[in-house]
Amino acid sequence: MISKQEIIEQLKTIVKPYVQNQESFDALTEETDFINDLKINSANLVDVILDIEEKYNIIIDNESMEKMINVKAAMEIVAIKLAEK
Amino acid sequence: MTNQEIIAKLPYSKPFLFVDEILHINENGVEGTYYFDENLDFYKGHFKDNPITPGVILTEVMAQIGLVCLGIFLLDDSFNKATSIALTSSEIEFLKPVFPTERVTVISEKIYFRFGKLKCKVIMKNKKGEEVCTGTIAGIMVSKSEIN
Repeated sequence: MISKQEIIEQLKTIVKPYVQNQESFDALTEETDFINDLKINSANLVDVILDIEEKYNIIIDNESMEKMINVKAAMEIVAIKLAEK
Repeated sequence: MTNQEIIAKLPYSKPFLFVDEILHINENGVEGTYYFDENLDFYKGHFKDNPITPGVILTEVMAQIGLVCLGIFLLDDSFNKATSIALTSSEIEFLKPVFPTERVTVISEKIYFRFGKLKCKVIMKNKKGEEVCTGTIAGIMVSKSEIN
């Protein structure tokens, strides 16, 4: 079982190439919003989701994708999908 | 859907339609052609007295054949006038010049089509079969009702 902090660090590595707001990235917390804070555009958000799928070997459906607006939601969905495996 | 029907559904018209023919299309990719007529307007200025096809136009040909035609095929019945199409990224290397009166073939291979985003590996070849451009293009194709 990986810790919350580990998941945050892993997510940070995944989103890093797509981030347009470095300050917000450096100060990333669970509440950080991918689009509004990190300024990741919606097309690149698809790549973030696909990178998350690959990293954790999970499948993210449309419904889950729509919920993944911030770090916290992404962590929750990753945790749910990992638990389902 | 026939290849002709796909071309008829393209949201472009002259002078910005850059697809002549679809040779093959399936869920994994598409192959199509375009002929660069010497009278195309941009040749008057690119370059002065030395017409060479601009890289942006080559990119557009690759996107219209490789991405939009394939996207229409993949969306099938859910593609309609309300479908939004937007190029979101392109990374292309231009290897050889393309001159007026050349016919090019575009070969596109789907990398993924997820959450409305289509990403493809796209190659353009000249009539000698030489690669003139190669790269990756991505775009969004979604029904307007799905956009927040």
